[in-house]
Amino acid sequence: MASPQPRIGVVTYPGSQDDRDALWALSALDAEAVPVWHEEAELPDLDAVVLPGGFSYGDYLRCGAIARFSPATAAVCAFAEEGGLVLGICNGFQILCEAGLLPGVLLRNESLRFICRDVALVVERDDLPFTSRLAAGTRITVPVKHGDGRWFAPPELLGEVEANRQVVLRYDEPCNGSVASVAGVCNERGNVMGLMPHPEHAVDPLLGSADGALILASLVDAARDRVLAVT
Amino acid sequence: MRATVLVRPKEGILDPQGDAVGNALGHLGFSVSSARVGRVVDLELDAADADDARTQVEEMCRQLLANALIESYEVEIVG
Repeated sequence: MASPQPRIGVVTYPGSQDDRDALWALSALDAEAVPVWHEEAELPDLDAVVLPGGFSYGDYLRCGAIARFSPATAAVCAFAEEGGLVLGICNGFQILCEAGLLPGVLLRNESLRFICRDVALVVERDDLPFTSRLAAGTRITVPVKHGDGRWFAPPELLGEVEANRQVVLRYDEPCNGSVASVAGVCNERGNVMGLMPHPEHAVDPLLGSADGALILASLVDAARDRVLAVT
Repeated sequence: MRATVLVRPKEGILDPQGDAVGNALGHLGFSVSSARVGRVVDLELDAADADDARTQVEEMCRQLLANALIESYEVEIVG
């Protein structure tokens, strides 16, 4: 029997930009990629959800602050609460932080410049549904493109995040000035992750790196395992 | 009722925007040792009295207008 195709939703908000790339990348990695419109208060039957990059609601007030209130975000929060797998990329990461699913907040880059380039990342965790194809301690290259990517947490919260091993990826070179060089974090339970770099833009060697595919393929693997566990 | 909310980057939070504004003021010849950039939100709301308005607006700050990790806020009830 052919292995089942997991269904992975990608939410499109007004101002989302990378939803199509995320859908394309997930399809290329053998998932059934399902577009989800921001007004949908109930998610279709999904095995995982991706919140894509972009500038939802024009980044008004703070990045991700308004998207937090869309019906689809409420549905994604409920999905995560039940243990569902949720990956937030760039603006999706900002939304997950504003929604309280992930610790910290994303601030304006220290340089005040929009950064758009490949960056080297160090893998801190390889035991998550998002990182099973990676090896802790190794380096991967994935592009970033953001103006507000400086992850910040006050010292006490940062201490908790480090103690719980919630840092998943760190920049291996100066990037946006984030605290402890954090590029990606997960929740305590490990079913929600956010990162500023764009794995969906690094799934084909033609574009400079296919390392992003390792993250998305890990998610597809984990989502497929969930389908198999149910059937 | 009208209210004004002043949202500021908390003390100790790096504010590169404020630094850039401070530098620009320096270029204009002003002697500025620190500049911090925040945000003003002017509101018109339904409230029984000033106390009620303040309670409502402070709740708005907690839930949306400010992010407590990085920002502090002040509420002024204009009347």
